[in-house]
Amino acid sequence: MGAAGEMTGGRSHAAAPAAIELRGISKAFGPVQANRNIKLNVPKGTIHGIIGENGAGKSTLMSILYGFYRPDAGEILINGQPIAITDSQTAIRAGIGMVFQHFKLVQNFTVLENVILGAEDGALLRPSLAKARKVLKQLAQEYQLNVDPDERIEELSVGHQQRVEILKALYRRADILILDEPTGVLTPAEADHLFRILEGLRDEGKTIILITHKLREIMDITDNVSVMRRGEMVASVKTAETDPEELAELMVGRKVLLNVEKAPASPTQPVLQVEGLRMIDDDGVERLRGIDLQIRAGEILGLAGVSGNGQTQLLEILGGYPPKGSKVEGRVTMNGAPLPLSGSGCDAAARRRAGMGHIPEDRQVEGLIMDFAAWENVAFGWQDAPEFNRGWVMDNAAIREDAAAKMERFDVRPRNPNLAARNFSGGNQQKIVVAREIERNPDLLLIGQPTRGVDIGAIEFIHKRIIELRDAGKAILLVSVELDEILALSDRVAVMFDGRIMGERDPASTTTGELGLLMAGVTDTKNTPDDQGIPPEHAHVEGLPQEPR
Amino acid sequence: MDKMPKWADVILTPLISLVLAMAISALVILAIGESPWEAMKTMVQGALGSSYGWGFTLYYATNFIFTGLAVMVAYHASLFNIGGEGQAAMGGLGVALALLYIPLPHWALALPVAMIGAAILGAAWAFIPAILQAKRGSHIVITTIMFNFIAAAALNYVLVRLLRPVGSMDPASARFPESTNLPTLSDAFARFGFEWGRNTPANVTFFVALIACLLIWLLIWRTRLGYEIRALGKSEPGAVYAGINPVRITVIAMLISGGLAGLMAINNVMGEAERLVLNAVEGAGFIGIAVALMGRNHPFGVLLAALLFGFLYQGGGELALWTSIPRELIIVIQALVILFTGALDNMVRMPLERLFLRLRRKEAAE
Repeated sequence: MGAAGEMTGGRSHAAAPAAIELRGISKAFGPVQANRNIKLNVPKGTIHGIIGENGAGKSTLMSILYGFYRPDAGEILINGQPIAITDSQTAIRAGIGMVFQHFKLVQNFTVLENVILGAEDGALLRPSLAKARKVLKQLAQEYQLNVDPDERIEELSVGHQQRVEILKALYRRADILILDEPTGVLTPAEADHLFRILEGLRDEGKTIILITHKLREIMDITDNVSVMRRGEMVASVKTAETDPEELAELMVGRKVLLNVEKAPASPTQPVLQVEGLRMIDDDGVERLRGIDLQIRAGEILGLAGVSGNGQTQLLEILGGYPPKGSKVEGRVTMNGAPLPLSGSGCDAAARRRAGMGHIPEDRQVEGLIMDFAAWENVAFGWQDAPEFNRGWVMDNAAIREDAAAKMERFDVRPRNPNLAARNFSGGNQQKIVVAREIERNPDLLLIGQPTRGVDIGAIEFIHKRIIELRDAGKAILLVSVELDEILALSDRVAVMFDGRIMGERDPASTTTGELGLLMAGVTDTKNTPDDQGIPPEHAHVEGLPQEPR
Repeated sequence: MDKMPKWADVILTPLISLVLAMAISALVILAIGESPWEAMKTMVQGALGSSYGWGFTLYYATNFIFTGLAVMVAYHASLFNIGGEGQAAMGGLGVALALLYIPLPHWALALPVAMIGAAILGAAWAFIPAILQAKRGSHIVITTIMFNFIAAAALNYVLVRLLRPVGSMDPASARFPESTNLPTLSDAFARFGFEWGRNTPANVTFFVALIACLLIWLLIWRTRLGYEIRALGKSEPGAVYAGINPVRITVIAMLISGGLAGLMAINNVMGEAERLVLNAVEGAGFIGIAVALMGRNHPFGVLLAALLFGFLYQGGGELALWTSIPRELIIVIQALVILFTGALDNMVRMPLERLFLRLRRKEAAE
């Protein structure tokens, strides 16, 4: 991360008006106070980080700034001028550009077409396109924002798609750029490149607001940082004058262990053995190209990789539900017994009977039924369990009791088993899933993105429970796109790219740089090339078919 | 946190919708130069003012309970079964075949046999769309509605060519044996010395319908099958993750749904007509959709909504009989009720939710 050395600690020109000033912004949704009396001052030409746990009110604040919500109270000043931002058009006219976490691009349009979309000069497209082409060329030279203007969006890597979003904002003459969790979908190298672009933009006098929950990014690139907690702005400091520990403490309001403490693993007999696992999906694309894995009792195997490289499919196949219409080959054994990979006997219920637990990647779609009460979700997947049934009917009293006990042990808040799952925060939802799966004491636990969208306090808790399960002599497969998490928890790290395992590393001796290269498909990690050397065809986009090579 | 208290959700909202529908209906009646007050009086008098009116209201309500439950069960599996019409028609055939070809000496024996016949044929008619949906992904809305037409045509053929007694010009089956005729509610009351609803079609099937409400409540909220049906209905990927087989549950839910729709035939075919006639269902299958919708997919709600629609049906009939309001207008009134309680539900719900939120905030502030 090259930015660390050039940190300026805020280039605030005391005399010039701030690019953005917020005075006493408040916003409530029903009984929930999402923003309370927010004050923010972002000097012109700086990179300003906004950090906070999920639900701290960051997104609400930015939505107010971009005109999606009207504040209940408070004042917004852009370059010293008070302004009422009633809709996103006003925001754009005021020079605010937004890059959303989920891109808003038309997949089968070209880059050029996407850039002018909504900013056409007239009924005829040709003049607008020609003008945009010229502007893009200029921007590309100024800020290293290289994207082929005639490429279709669906052909681009995620990193390039993000550049298109930035270009869209700049084309609309944005002076203030807001980026919402921009690195969530990027490889470390892509993230680095993004940061270099942002630094270039700042040096040209643009103001950048970076919303993130990753402390490292804040430390690496921002000039100033503001911390939000429970709808309030609890601190605004110069980045150079703070450290990650202090920021984490500000975010959650107490001291947080950033590194997981764990004893060295003492693995014993193999529990899961995967040999030559291949999968061809219903489009005929080979998603898994011969996976070999072994996980022993008492160890955590971390599977790193940019999402969309086959991790999801691997978890689904191991979990007993291969994607519809797919063809699966290979051999998977658990505790010495082969697991069926298709047909009858290949379902999640059979896997559970064989002693497998599964914390799925997407808790809201798979792991929980959002409309079910918390107590009903505690039986989810285990609805066949004898202790939850009494003859013909389910033993709801027993399930409720179990749910209340689990919520107590895992500190799920609010402690109300009758509340629907969707009314819990992300972290508490995940705790329900984790409690349910871990307390079954499975021989093998599959874990997908255990802390995605989970706040720091809950992350710490969930990590501890995972380590405890390992120390109890269970085998754990951990799939995560968060490298920090993989490195903190795993006893061995395997990197997945394009349906293959690119290599295995010891987390104690590897670096994020080395893993990043493996994640980008470079196996020769001894010769470290420049990050721009990653050809776009190596970077894969989630959800897009990958051509067999 | 729930946005408003449960009673406001299940009682107040439909009630306000109903009042709105009534108000608009009143305007329409006013516009054609009739008195809404008189019309209302005629409807209430005719449907609820006498045991005779109740006898019809309960008879219609019984039909709607079955078709409403049918829609409700499928809906919990996220399946929109709009084939209740055809399934109920086939249920009628099941009743006719059972009663015409199996000698049954007493109605108490005939009832379970006819129920089995009705449920099997109703379920069978739902099975084909179910398997097409589960295995092939053919949309159940399309297939069930098409199966309504197929059922009508098939029944037509069966009645005209196979079941019509020799020499009869009426496309209907022979009368069922006397011994199988169900006692009407009027008969039942007479046994205890009360005079109630003479010459009305309400019969013991009403009690079967009440038991069905209870059993369906048990099924959906107390059994593992119900749990699996609801889980599948909320999230198919979730169900698959939980080891629930979507094909199996889809088919089972539709079999139960079709069976319930088929059971309606106990009321109209066995209990009322006592023979199988063409078009016996008379749109009750479709009313079931509105009943389930208004009943918020809960058996108790279905019961209440079925009673309301029973009232509208009977009251509407009276209106056509005693006033110069044309028959079509009754359909307009029924449609308005469906529109407000079903389709425009959120129009009432949202302002109510806001109101309750404001009230709650005021309470919290004090």
